[in-house]
Amino acid sequence: MEKKKNETMAIELKQITKTFGSVVANNKIDLSVKQGEILALLGENGSGKTTLMNMLSGIYKPDSGSIFINGQSVTINSPEDAIRLGVGMIHQHFKLVEVLSATDNIILGAKEKGLFLHKSRSERIKDISKRFGLNINPEKKVYQMSVSEKQTVEIIKVLYRKADILILDEPTAVLTPQETKRLFEILRRMKKEGCAVIIITHKLNEVLEISDRVTILRKGESVATVDTAKTSAKELTELMVGRPVELSIEHPTNDYNENLLEIHHLTVENEEGVNMIKDITFDLNRGEILGVAGVAGSGQKELCEALAGLLPVKKGAVLYQNENIVGKTPNEIIKMGISMSFIPEDRLGMGLAASMGMVDNMLLKKYNEGKGPFVSKKEARELAKRLVKQLDIVTPTVDTPVRRLSGGNVQKVLLGREIESGPNVLITAYAVRGLDINSSYTIYDALNEQKQKGVGVLFIGEDLDVMLELCDRIMVLCHGKITGIVEAKATTKEQLGLMMTDAAGAKGGKS
Amino acid sequence: MIINFLFAAIKAGTPLLFGTTGEIMTEKSGNLNLGVEGMMFMGAFMGFFVGFHTGSLPLALLAAFIIGNFAALIYAFLTVTMMANQNVTGLTLTIFGIGFAKFFGEIMIRKAGGSPKLSPEFMITISEKPIPVLGEIPVIGKLIFSHNPLVYLSVLVAVICSIYIMKTRAGLNMRAVGENPAAADAAGIKVTRIKYLHIMLGGGICGLGGAYLSLINGGGVWNNSSVVNGQGWISVALVIFASWSPMKAIFGSLVFGAFSVLQFYAPKDIIHIPNAFYVMLPFLITTFVLIFASMRKSKTGSQPAGCGINYFREER
Repeated sequence: MEKKKNETMAIELKQITKTFGSVVANNKIDLSVKQGEILALLGENGSGKTTLMNMLSGIYKPDSGSIFINGQSVTINSPEDAIRLGVGMIHQHFKLVEVLSATDNIILGAKEKGLFLHKSRSERIKDISKRFGLNINPEKKVYQMSVSEKQTVEIIKVLYRKADILILDEPTAVLTPQETKRLFEILRRMKKEGCAVIIITHKLNEVLEISDRVTILRKGESVATVDTAKTSAKELTELMVGRPVELSIEHPTNDYNENLLEIHHLTVENEEGVNMIKDITFDLNRGEILGVAGVAGSGQKELCEALAGLLPVKKGAVLYQNENIVGKTPNEIIKMGISMSFIPEDRLGMGLAASMGMVDNMLLKKYNEGKGPFVSKKEARELAKRLVKQLDIVTPTVDTPVRRLSGGNVQKVLLGREIESGPNVLITAYAVRGLDINSSYTIYDALNEQKQKGVGVLFIGEDLDVMLELCDRIMVLCHGKITGIVEAKATTKEQLGLMMTDAAGAKGGKS
Repeated sequence: MIINFLFAAIKAGTPLLFGTTGEIMTEKSGNLNLGVEGMMFMGAFMGFFVGFHTGSLPLALLAAFIIGNFAALIYAFLTVTMMANQNVTGLTLTIFGIGFAKFFGEIMIRKAGGSPKLSPEFMITISEKPIPVLGEIPVIGKLIFSHNPLVYLSVLVAVICSIYIMKTRAGLNMRAVGENPAAADAAGIKVTRIKYLHIMLGGGICGLGGAYLSLINGGGVWNNSSVVNGQGWISVALVIFASWSPMKAIFGSLVFGAFSVLQFYAPKDIIHIPNAFYVMLPFLITTFVLIFASMRKSKTGSQPAGCGINYFREER
């Protein structure tokens, strides 16, 4: 722990096995990371990456197998043990207490002397921030922070505990290109200081950029470990999926050329009364995918919810074939013949009922069809079964509570249900967040199919590479305003990045 | 007259303050214990029983505190370890506590051959007397510095709890457990231990509130029928009124104390309202408090986010 010896293994996992009931999440996995090395852990959804890492951070206990840290055999029974061994994990869903300040979150649970909380406690936090080039306001409450700020707090939390083994579970899923770059600089600095870093990510270009070696998991087993310098995106994908995969997103064209939705001077405030969408005007055409890019918290969520009729509109109009739908309830909107499908960011919170099975979740959209007080489950069951087949949903049965499914499968259930309702407007928020390559492409294909049917798709996205390929036009939001609407073919990632931080000109351009 | 009224309000508010402080400690660690009424009942019995037999106030209070711990331990075991539903378990604890106190209360009455009475010496220790010097200050001396010792104890407990919650490391860890046990766990905090400790501590404080009711309000005589009589429920609501702050609970319990003694001080010759209305008043106000609290939307000063939800590390 104390000296930098490059050839010492910081972590060695041998024959780790973990089962949940009858599901084998990890099957005899070997994995090793040297000190001063960045290892990327790659694998599809449900391949057992997070489970494996949770055993290092003390959330789960392995059924069998052994863990060595800095050459010593260890047993990790709790997160406390993991911290003592110098293992720090940054979870995909941040483990922060919302109502507490950054400082309180960082010193939380730290084994330090003194009964009382001292004012001077933020000194060490400042030191760490300076050393690693991190920037936070220690007094700011977590619930007021952006995603990137929250992540910074998590990183400082780990550094504060002097962790020299850092595990990051999909850290870049919610960051802008600029923020990702900054995160990678921090990781490189940690590497230089002799830390061992394990990073889980689905983005192959990031794997190639940051890691030294890559370990690939497939269906709970470790299939290969390769040197990053000697591999390619294509090879990694093949190892991950188990067969060759075409890595380009289709971009079909059509000639509907008809206006579907017109949004005029829309202003929306959130529950706290803050204007999150400020006077924006744009339109959505039939048969197009309109991307919405922006830093997390730029008003994407409010825009979606306002369009879906879930959040009241403060000012402005949403015209569907020249009829204003503002102020109508979701039910009235459906009765007008507009089928608007909304795939929210919070899939299990807003999209699906987590403890119900697929069949019952299908019913949520269909309960008011049919006669009499009883619902017929037959149709829903058939639909659920059809979706399982069409979208390769992995679930023990169609009645298994959806919260037991992995993130990708949950997303497929939701998207499948919404598409089945035959919408003419489809709103998706972060449709592929946390999804592996294979599932992502299934989703892209499904969206393209809808587009070709004449559906207007509003695609709230975060991976700019994907958006450039998939979308027809991209609208950039920054602090609730539109900083530009551009043709996807005629723009670059860097330009979008600049618009996202409103560096390109704060005039708020329109289409 | 007004001083007398306020004096009585403080007296009547004291058991509420104990109950509220106890429940705040419990809820801050993420558990909603609806068994306050039951724990107060048990504390009322144990406090009286030990006071009756030993004649010692410290021992009586200790007994009330320990029985509160014990009752809360049952609750903690069921909810934290066995993951039982917190609401149901709390309600059950209330029923159990009432039964416990009445059962053993009846035995005590039989053995004593009539209503047991505390010894005169004991009554003197718990009587109201002015504190030297401070008690001689006009108005304030009578209002604040002439109470029975338990009144000061309740304020002291509330102040200590408040400092503990907001200013200490352990308090911070406990708040984190109540807000987001998964985050606290990941930060290396022993979630289960913290929950057990604070649920039991909270139960003990509630027990003290019960002892106050049987020793002071009961006038030194054990009354098997209506010792606690809803004060525990008001305490649960007061937690919300006090927005989970023991300091605000001091004020809140005073307000509710005032409502509960209003019937004795309202000028009856001017306003003619049936007595039953006054009896109902604290509960009516409680209802309004709950309505307003549900309308209030702020991140701080609201229920800990993890309150009422059992935590299981491997849940996915």
